[in-house]
Amino acid sequence: MSERTFEVVGTRPVRHDGVDKVTGRAAYGADANWPGMLHGALLRSPHAHARIVSIDTRAAAAAPGVKAVLIGADLPDTHATISLGEAAMDVRDMSHNLMARDKVVYHGQPVAAVAATTLDAAREALGRIVVQYEVLTPVLTVDEALAPGAPLLHDDLVTKGAAVGPKTGTNLAGRYEFKRGDVAAGFQEADTIVEREFRTATVHQGYIEPHACIARCGEDGRAVVWCSTQGPFVVRDATAAIAGLDAAHVKVIPSEIGGGFGGKIVVYLEPIAVALSRKAQRPVKMVMSRDEVFRATGPTSGTKVHVRIGARRDGTIVAARVSLWYEAGAFRGSPVGAGAMCALAPYTIPNFFIDAHDVVVNKPKVAAYRAPGSPMAMFAVESVIDEIARELKMDPIDLRLKNAAAEGDQAAYGPKFGPIGLRAVLDAAKRHPHWSAPVGPNQGRGFALGFWFNGGMNSAATITLGADGSAAVFTGNPDIGGTRAAQAMMVAEELGVDVDRVRPTVADTDTAGYTDVTGGSRVCFATGMAVIQAAQEVREELKRRAAKMWNVAPEQVTWERGRVLPPAGAKDAKSGADAQPLTVAQIAARMTHTGGPIVGRAALYAPMAGPGFGAHICDLEVDPETGRSRVVRYTALQDVGKAVHPSYVEGQIQGGAAQGIGWALNEEYVYNRDGVMENAGFLDYRMPVASDLPFIDTVIVEVPNPLHPYGVRGVGEVPIVPPLGAVANAMRSATGIRFTELPLSPPRVLEQIAGVDARREGRPGTVAVGA
Amino acid sequence: MATVYLPSGFAQFTGGVESVAIEAPRVAELLAALRTRFPALADQLDEMAVAIDGTIYAEPGYQPLRADSDVHLVPRIAGG
Repeated sequence: MSERTFEVVGTRPVRHDGVDKVTGRAAYGADANWPGMLHGALLRSPHAHARIVSIDTRAAAAAPGVKAVLIGADLPDTHATISLGEAAMDVRDMSHNLMARDKVVYHGQPVAAVAATTLDAAREALGRIVVQYEVLTPVLTVDEALAPGAPLLHDDLVTKGAAVGPKTGTNLAGRYEFKRGDVAAGFQEADTIVEREFRTATVHQGYIEPHACIARCGEDGRAVVWCSTQGPFVVRDATAAIAGLDAAHVKVIPSEIGGGFGGKIVVYLEPIAVALSRKAQRPVKMVMSRDEVFRATGPTSGTKVHVRIGARRDGTIVAARVSLWYEAGAFRGSPVGAGAMCALAPYTIPNFFIDAHDVVVNKPKVAAYRAPGSPMAMFAVESVIDEIARELKMDPIDLRLKNAAAEGDQAAYGPKFGPIGLRAVLDAAKRHPHWSAPVGPNQGRGFALGFWFNGGMNSAATITLGADGSAAVFTGNPDIGGTRAAQAMMVAEELGVDVDRVRPTVADTDTAGYTDVTGGSRVCFATGMAVIQAAQEVREELKRRAAKMWNVAPEQVTWERGRVLPPAGAKDAKSGADAQPLTVAQIAARMTHTGGPIVGRAALYAPMAGPGFGAHICDLEVDPETGRSRVVRYTALQDVGKAVHPSYVEGQIQGGAAQGIGWALNEEYVYNRDGVMENAGFLDYRMPVASDLPFIDTVIVEVPNPLHPYGVRGVGEVPIVPPLGAVANAMRSATGIRFTELPLSPPRVLEQIAGVDARREGRPGTVAVGA
Repeated sequence: MATVYLPSGFAQFTGGVESVAIEAPRVAELLAALRTRFPALADQLDEMAVAIDGTIYAEPGYQPLRADSDVHLVPRIAGG
């Protein structure tokens, strides 16, 4: 990659899909209605853990308006795996997750489905289904799940990875290790050691648009699905496998998407809608309520993380010990492996040992959530780093700079880092006026780092040129973060056409080349690379067409931003006049005479994009009488490699920070002892809204990524990682209390403050103080 | 020869070996050689990404190796 000067990249054009979205014309998952369509509804388990003794659907099938009834036995059992982009997923687990077979393993798991002429009729019929359960004791935390004699979710669960403890008869689904050096000797060298245990709650991605789809499946087994998804090809392959169809006969049309953050990569409704449609021979529409979204779609893991870090007096970290336990929900597959890999990633530590545990519990199966696994691990580590800075009386940024990884250092997860922007981000944070601004009464300032890998994988792009010189670009990635605009900008950059004359389109699975999910911060990087290559192919074809018009060899012509220049002495073959430079539009206007339509295509498999680092500064004000806290100032700095559209990069950073702040301060699934979520709605599951937050200031740092022609790294996941630590460290500054459990909700904060006050006054404390 | 570094948790499948030098032109041949040398490791390899000289490939396929490549096996990462 060269130090290239850009014309379009780095500017801020209005997004192509913007007007449709702000006027309500954009069509989302629930906006499609097809002739003759039925409405599907799901009967969900009232128990978190139970055996299904019997299901009687006869009365439901006979109910007015009912056209199809479905239970687990109607779906084929499969042991297939399908690619979810970075990782394979067991289709059997996915199938059982969306329709229970002989056992229910979380409250809200579907056990039957009905399609009827109206939604009311479908719901009424659900009430006629009789399910007999043998209720079992649920396990709701990793401690409960791993306790001796704990009820087992799956009799056949096998512990993957390094074996510690029993391989079967367990709720431990996996265990992983990373180590380097001599940990015991490392701690011997330490002048100060800080050790804490942290916990984070189960939290949801909180996308505003619930899951929704409409599907039709004919007598011939051919199906069409319209749905809100991050991965139309995942929906195609998973739907085919679960519903028992040939994937060649399934077409998925992605709607606009109202947020996903990882939660719309897996399927919940689509195979059920297809299977109901196949039975009824009519289209079936299914839309989740918010209650269903909370109870039965993937949140991210509740966690326990134990951290011990030792440092010398000068701040050099010499040893670390990190143990992580992540809830997977009801089926294996928490992001604990990623958490283990991220935990110490920013630092060069000569001696460490990390072990990670994937634990099944009677909660909904977790799904990916922005930098899956990293926020919880780094919350714990960044809290301990903050404590070490306090003990050593060092500036928290200086301590991190002293131990920060740089190009050529071996990452804690194995390979050596290429060019990374961690030090540049730390330097920018230290220089930022926020870092040196005074802090008000009852306020505290916190600082924390975040790390994520950023994905690559399969991407394809097609560009067609119109006779008027405009261009259309097609890819298979639903646009979540402004990627349509970024792709149009890349075409404009390469072809020298106005970005407003490039039409970016999210194509269906029959039109786009196979493309992995919109996720993993991969689209601008990997699909963007395909778009650039396709545009460059168009550019080469334009040169060939111009050469034909001048009757010269293609290698004799040159490209100069949006036009092709002739060699000296060349003549126009038709007029005989001296050849003049030709614009894209002029060449396109004559495409019929020079060889027909002009199309560029590219398909590639990209490596992971390259590490991204962010640093957040948070000022928190705490009301000591109520425990309520308020973020009063927030600055997020991040190395993004190269910002293609800075507004959308800033938006990603702000959005990630907002979600992370909510995770830190308020959000949590509240369960009763029976495993029933008690706050399944936005009134009781408190996500931050605009009025809760200050303007989140952003600083874009650009250390180019050599793996991308523009230097792009990926943006969207890193910014959710630092807020948990930054907010907790700010709370520590404001209150003098080290909180080790999230969220820092007013009752929890008030309880701890009361404990400290009681100790100061010599009264019995109500709780132990964390620090 | 490429040097392959295994996660420490894999030591139980390799008799304690944590790194090994293997002559292989591409990742596919390297993984095949690992399976032959450490049969107990075979099932684990299917779920690993491969970092070649610092660049991680979730599906390494037939990526070429240099004679002195550093190869790290790392768990696959699922993004959001």
